[in-house]
Amino acid sequence: MSGEQTRKLIALAAIWAVLLLAPYWMVPLGGYTALGTRVLVLGLGAMSLNFLLGFTGVLSFGHAAYFGLGAYGAGLTLKYLALSTPLAMIAGILLGGICGSLLGLLIVRRRGVYFAMVTIAFGQVFYYIAFQWSSLTGGDDGLRGFSRQPLDFGLFKIDIVSNEKAFYFFVLFCFAIAVGIMGFILRSPFGRTMIAIRENERRSRFLGIPVERHIWIAFSLSCFFMASAGALYALVNNFADPRGLHYTQSGDFVIMAVMGGMRSFWGPLLGAAVFVTLQDYLSSVTVNWMSFLGLLFVLVVLFFPRGLLGFLQRSKA
Amino acid sequence: MSDLVNVLEIQNVTKRFGNLVAVRDVSLNVAKGEMCAIIGPNGAGKTTFFNLISGFFPPTSGAIRFDGQDITRLSTHQRVSRGMARTFQITEIFPELTVFENVRIAAEVASGYRLRPWINRAEAAEIHRRVEDALKLVSLETKTDRLVGELAHGDQRAAEIAMALALEPHLLLLDEPTAGMGDQETYQITQLIRRLHRDSNYTIVLIEHDMRVVFHLADRICVLDQGRMLAQGTPKEIAANETVQAAYLGNAA
Repeated sequence: MSGEQTRKLIALAAIWAVLLLAPYWMVPLGGYTALGTRVLVLGLGAMSLNFLLGFTGVLSFGHAAYFGLGAYGAGLTLKYLALSTPLAMIAGILLGGICGSLLGLLIVRRRGVYFAMVTIAFGQVFYYIAFQWSSLTGGDDGLRGFSRQPLDFGLFKIDIVSNEKAFYFFVLFCFAIAVGIMGFILRSPFGRTMIAIRENERRSRFLGIPVERHIWIAFSLSCFFMASAGALYALVNNFADPRGLHYTQSGDFVIMAVMGGMRSFWGPLLGAAVFVTLQDYLSSVTVNWMSFLGLLFVLVVLFFPRGLLGFLQRSKA
Repeated sequence: MSDLVNVLEIQNVTKRFGNLVAVRDVSLNVAKGEMCAIIGPNGAGKTTFFNLISGFFPPTSGAIRFDGQDITRLSTHQRVSRGMARTFQITEIFPELTVFENVRIAAEVASGYRLRPWINRAEAAEIHRRVEDALKLVSLETKTDRLVGELAHGDQRAAEIAMALALEPHLLLLDEPTAGMGDQETYQITQLIRRLHRDSNYTIVLIEHDMRVVFHLADRICVLDQGRMLAQGTPKEIAANETVQAAYLGNAA
């Protein structure tokens, strides 16, 4: 038991060391810091989706809506309301999280494939709103004309605008808070009821868990996490795009989570790393990069049903 | 009998599914500490009757009272939180969790911690004690770290019963606890249920096919046939009842 705990602690320390030192080891390996930043942001999105998919056992195919709402919330705040990065983050998180919680009330009445269909439908509603409401959102061209701002602590400022390393660490800080809260919730009595629902819904109900209410809470939390990833994404690009709300983006998150390993907490981050790196590399070689990524996805699902991380863990043990 | 309090009072419940009347005007009182067995041929409406008691669906007509309160329209989880626990004919467990984790979820929910983001040391210790007590009652205390999905069928059933016990219920509903078991496992589970009844004084309603088990365990037997309550009585009375013999026990009895 204690041996397993030590191993887990070492693995955790290794993960954080890799993330903390990423700007220093990525460049010699041929990467660049902004790539690491993108991995963190999309990884956070995939982990947020997996909070629901892997730990409550319900598949949302429209989570990009809350990702995109987070991005638009942050972008619109910077453009029209306040030149403050933290305020933009908060606005994005609230916009995506609150919309998700409200729609969640309707969505959690359905289960299985119907749940997935309803999430897509609601997601597409936001896509078309962003697409059509050009005067506010910039329509198909996306929302431009805003930029992340330096972090102002009164006594000193941190330049996250042009200093890529500083921005990476800012994103890592936000990532760490979100992931820390996620991990904390999953180890709580509430988190255990989520896993109970994933494992056996009928048994959960007959232990006195109001299943719909618990799925709703998990869904809402997942939307808040997703919106935080979206808000960060707007800061990364200084741009918000209606395609960030589209169900193909939701599909990308599902691919990252499943490819990395949806039964493991860190799997989706690995999935996002593979996805983003391959996308970056392959898209400079061929326009058909998606077919190669798709092929990889199919191979992983066929041969490593527990995802890449699940496979690595098994071969180590 | 008169000084006993009824835990469960079922008054004239009927359940229709379209044209089919699965349960027809059935009444049943279960006294505190009593073990009541429900028997009947396949399709007699036993499981439907159980589903009505545990709130899987509401009755078409009639009323159900639990601990003196009307629960006819309450949902399953509300009934559970008032002290009703149930096991299933096909074992319902959390297969990828350990025995301990399975029972801990039950104990935490029953302690009202299901929405808590954390619990303190004293609360966790109390949960731990509750889980171990339940596991000791079903003799699984040496298998706490095993995955439930990997256990033998009899042990899985015992784990499911332990989850029900961790709820500290006033009423235990067991749907065919020995279904699909060999003689050895049937014997183990029968002994377990007998201990729960005789030593721990649980109020139990069970559905059972195995007549040895029923006549061995129950204080009272209810016979359902085609959705109707054919007869109620002590095992002796039921064994001597001619209508029951004709309808169910056949000439063998």
